[in-house]
Amino acid sequence: MSRIAACFATLRARSKTALIPFVTAGDPQPDVTVPLLHTLVAQGADIIELGVPFSDPMADGPVIQLASERALAHGVSLTRVLAMVAEFRQTDSTTPIVLMGYLNPLEAMGYAAFAARAQQAGVDGVLMVDSPPEACTELTDCLQQQAIDSIFLLAPTTTSARIAQITRVARGFVYYVSLKGVTGAAHLDTASVAAKLREIRAQTELPVGVGFGIRDAATARAMAAIADAVVVGSALVARIADCADQPDQIPTLAGAFLAELRTAIDSSDP
Amino acid sequence: MSADLPDELGHFGRYGGTFVAETLMEPIAQLREAYAQARQDPAFLAELDADLQHYVGRPSPIYHAERLSRELGGAQLYFKREDLNHTGAHKINSAIGQALLAKRMGKTRIIAETGAGQHGVATATVAARLGLECVVFMGEVDIARQQPNVQRMQLLGAEVRSVASGSKTLKDALNEAMRDWVTQVDNTFYIIGTVAGPHPYPMMVRDFQSVVGREARAQFLTLTGQLPDALVACVGGGSNAIGLFHPFLADEDVALYGVEAAGNGLDSGMHAAPLNAGKPGVLHGNRTYLMEDADGQIIATHSISAGLDYPGVGPEHAWLKDTQRATYVAVTDDQALEAFYCLTRSEGIIPALESSHAIAYASQLAPQLTPAQAILINLSGRGDKDMATVTALAEDAG
Ligand SMILES: Cc1ncc(COP(=O)(O)O)c(C=O)c1O
Repeated sequence: MSRIAACFATLRARSKTALIPFVTAGDPQPDVTVPLLHTLVAQGADIIELGVPFSDPMADGPVIQLASERALAHGVSLTRVLAMVAEFRQTDSTTPIVLMGYLNPLEAMGYAAFAARAQQAGVDGVLMVDSPPEACTELTDCLQQQAIDSIFLLAPTTTSARIAQITRVARGFVYYVSLKGVTGAAHLDTASVAAKLREIRAQTELPVGVGFGIRDAATARAMAAIADAVVVGSALVARIADCADQPDQIPTLAGAFLAELRTAIDSSDP
Repeated sequence: MSADLPDELGHFGRYGGTFVAETLMEPIAQLREAYAQARQDPAFLAELDADLQHYVGRPSPIYHAERLSRELGGAQLYFKREDLNHTGAHKINSAIGQALLAKRMGKTRIIAETGAGQHGVATATVAARLGLECVVFMGEVDIARQQPNVQRMQLLGAEVRSVASGSKTLKDALNEAMRDWVTQVDNTFYIIGTVAGPHPYPMMVRDFQSVVGREARAQFLTLTGQLPDALVACVGGGSNAIGLFHPFLADEDVALYGVEAAGNGLDSGMHAAPLNAGKPGVLHGNRTYLMEDADGQIIATHSISAGLDYPGVGPEHAWLKDTQRATYVAVTDDQALEAFYCLTRSEGIIPALESSHAIAYASQLAPQLTPAQAILINLSGRGDKDMATVTALAEDAG
């Protein structure tokens, strides 16, 4: 069983919702990332989404755009991101890591080479936001050969027919984008998310994570009541940005925020 | 040749496709469907034709630049006068088509990205005429260097949103427009200004711009009884070039030259010439040649002309390059500027700095051909918008 599947199986057995923090690798500087990831795990992260910086993050709002810019200012390449994962794995062999980003850096490395190196580093899943399944079959094949899960987005605009098509090729979990917008937007509508999750669950056994628009304990709790996983990105990255000048404070502050969300989520679980 | 490309999924060979976030997949499918119906609907085509004739002023003439041809001492130079269109460039051909489609789809809000501001002006113009709300995204750098067009857009009732992310030029304006689109996708139609973006944009914009090549081919035959020996057009995203080239693709004896911006020179790294010096990758919804570093990050471009200052290029051009049906060359800022003055003084036509790149290359090509041969150049726009840039450079030069 993959680390991601094992993680969800364990949580399911305990009727718990997964907490998935997103941070951009190398933000605000490269040596912050690995210690930060360990802290996030210690404070309740079940899975980590690690953003691969990209020069043109078309699907991201300003908070994550700036995180990418800060990381790129330090020359954080995909190779460097994989090295961070390998370093993380030296002391954490269970927490799944999903790389999230845009296709071009992977394309530049070459899909087969990327998949092999990601597997070696200890990557468990890959989510390319600018790549719906039909656009990246070549990458999906390479990942499958390395037993890495291809994770795909579902959106409010995704039709029922597409849900069927996407969940057929999705592995690990599916990621439901809770709103029409970019990351960091703030107009979450719980009722419509719940309705769409019912539609998704009717078509797949895969765990369903919800992300975009979860910014505090209240929104995390609301989503935890209906989803298998709650993804928190911009709200966390914004806290990291707030202490970009005092990087040694980052794990403490980010960890405290995550612990708050953990408590909120657990309070919604039975 | 590739006249019947792209395929169902928007591929020109290995290029093109649809690389967007999931939220946009269904809206794009709806657009594809709406366009597929519209392009076969005689009523839609008739409305488009009427607008092109009575509002844009088509057909635009072709003009034999006899004095310039004599001075260069080689082939005869002919210009397809897209600079004479309403709003001053070829951009309106596609803006009108897309706006009519937006209306047909019941959209009430239009967004666009712009570099030189010509596409922004064209879009603001058609939005004003159709009574649609209009927001144009424009990089901070371009706002500073294309002020007259910013004022025109605002006068026309559009909101110009300054984009301060990344390199603050055309590519970042496109990113920002995509972000807006995904947020207001129900009521918004995104009018893309060139043959880039996800399928169906590269095909749709090409189809709308092909009126340029269709007219030019017929006009040239009428005027000379022959086809030209070569076509020359500047390539930013590539819409004026593909518009001219496409109706000639099957005419294998007609050489096609696309001219990219070499900026300070291809060796300087300060340019915007992905077909000459880039490699294939994925950006803005499609696979094409890009200016990127070894890690797959898109790198900053430089060109004197805002409309060519873009790190990618339409996927059909990538395909035409690989199949060698078209040849892609590049000219520097200085060469373009020289051509700008040259056309202005020899023919009394002030060209856009974008179009000046095509003129510069044609001026190199002409002396290699005989006076019995002919080069047809797409004069994609007029230079009014570039007065400040040109004047400032002249002052710097003392
Ligand atoms: C006059 C003119 N020509 C050419 C271009 C470049 O665009 P494309 O390559 O799509 O024709 C622009 C873009 O702003 C323009 O304004």
